[in-house]
Amino acid sequence: MNNDFMIEVSDLTKRYAGHTAVSGLSFTVGRGEIVGLLGPNGAGKSTTMRILSCYMPATSGTVRVAGMDVFTDADEVRRRIGYMPENNPLHPEMRVREYLKFRARLKGMARKHSRERVDVVTEQCGLTDVSKKIIGHLSKGYRQRVGLADALVHEPDLIILDEPTIGLDPNQIRSVRQLIKDLGRTHTVLISTHILPEVEMMCNRVLILHKGKIVVADSPDNLQKLMSGSSQIIAEIAAPQDELRACWEQFAEIEYYDLSPTEGEFHRCALTPRNGMDLRPQIFALARERGWILRELTRNRYSLEDIYVRVTHPDEEGEEG
Amino acid sequence: MQAYIVLTRRELASFFVSMTGYVIIAGALFLIGFSFVDLVVKLQSEPTPMPITELFYGTAYFWLILLTAAPVITMRLFALEKFSGTFETLMTTPVSDLQVVLAKFTAAMMFYMLMWLPLLGCIFILRHYTTDPGVLDIGAIGTTYLGIFLLGGLFMSLGCFASALTRSQIIAAMVSFTMGITLFLLSFLGNQLSTDTGWQMQVLNHLTMVEHMLDFARGIVDTRHVVLYVSLTIWFLFLTLRVVESRRWK
Repeated sequence: MNNDFMIEVSDLTKRYAGHTAVSGLSFTVGRGEIVGLLGPNGAGKSTTMRILSCYMPATSGTVRVAGMDVFTDADEVRRRIGYMPENNPLHPEMRVREYLKFRARLKGMARKHSRERVDVVTEQCGLTDVSKKIIGHLSKGYRQRVGLADALVHEPDLIILDEPTIGLDPNQIRSVRQLIKDLGRTHTVLISTHILPEVEMMCNRVLILHKGKIVVADSPDNLQKLMSGSSQIIAEIAAPQDELRACWEQFAEIEYYDLSPTEGEFHRCALTPRNGMDLRPQIFALARERGWILRELTRNRYSLEDIYVRVTHPDEEGEEG
Repeated sequence: MQAYIVLTRRELASFFVSMTGYVIIAGALFLIGFSFVDLVVKLQSEPTPMPITELFYGTAYFWLILLTAAPVITMRLFALEKFSGTFETLMTTPVSDLQVVLAKFTAAMMFYMLMWLPLLGCIFILRHYTTDPGVLDIGAIGTTYLGIFLLGGLFMSLGCFASALTRSQIIAAMVSFTMGITLFLLSFLGNQLSTDTGWQMQVLNHLTMVEHMLDFARGIVDTRHVVLYVSLTIWFLFLTLRVVESRRWK
């Protein structure tokens, strides 16, 4: 077995009565990677995570975590995984420290060791101030940290987080993200989310799932490059409209253009170049030559959001094209 | 083993961190108190050769307590965890399904036996105020508690099963209450058919819980009853385990 991979999924299929949640999914995650699982609701993210964490078995296909099969070595795999399900369920009547201790003991840790680990994760997740409080009385951000602390308490190799930042306010999101980023230095992390900037900020690699299949798997940077083939250039130029029109018509490298007047003399030109060339130097040179005033010249980079929308709505794209 | 103990402790503790535990104990205490008053009034009017425990059982509050408390104690066990999602965090730790089922059942049993402790108090009050030491038959008290324990086992396992079936505590309580009442009423079906001597009658005779408990209260331990309750308890725990496992093949 190749031990470089933390997760190896091959040809994973999960069928529920009546519908297929995941079909023929294959991917690998290396040790120490932070991988983001993206996809619209119902794409099969949670199902995949539940199978990985041995909550339920796959209909067919094999899943290995750290070289062990999740079906035959379920107990050993569970010991190596820290899993936080969607909505982060906790026992609201317990106190934070009591809950973490209970979970550590449940995961088979010795009393003394569990006490030490609870101290460590309490500190790590910033729960020291609230460790004696009842979980039901905590704010959502703190509860999320309790869930994270629970996922970490038994020193797992792999951390699986299902939508860890959902329902948090921006400050809380920021601190939870930072926490996850820090975890990525020492652990392998698999997170699912629909918040795209999150993935761009945290992950080394993105898997976009759609209708139970992987449609894109690459790093956020590579995806950018992949998509830039159809990037646009925006130029705001002060010049008579007719002159601009005539100029763009003659410009061989420009496939389409769009003009719209803004305040004063300025016009906003959206230019789509052929073959994804970067025409900014040429446009600047042109403006200088003709004495136009150029106040903005940018290249529209496709954000992950565009990629996401594009790959998860291939039907609509098809109709347009 | 560690997981089993840790889980049992948490389950038992959860009765006492919320109101439910105290409400159930208070309700049971109230009804036991009633039967105690009933008993004292009876004892005042006429002397009787029956042991105290049988007199207690004769007040019929016993069944009221058993039939109503069992669903309330057990309804939470699985249904709440499934509803709140903690079932998923529980099942992704290295614990087996069997450990989970047994831990929940054990905690429910422990709480149930705790609920019956006030009865001992009543018996000791009687002993304190009588001059006749024969009033208190330790053996009969022991067998009464054995009966309470065995019947409790059946009703708790029934409750576990009902709770594992659903995400709603209300539905769990209703299902276990209905099944419990049905089992209880089988005792009276036997009386209705008393002229009949066929096999149906024989089967029903083995299922008359009212008579079984009367035996225990008199101080009689019939192994047939013990075997019946132990095997029914195991049967319902087995069913519960199958339901818990069913997420794997559903």
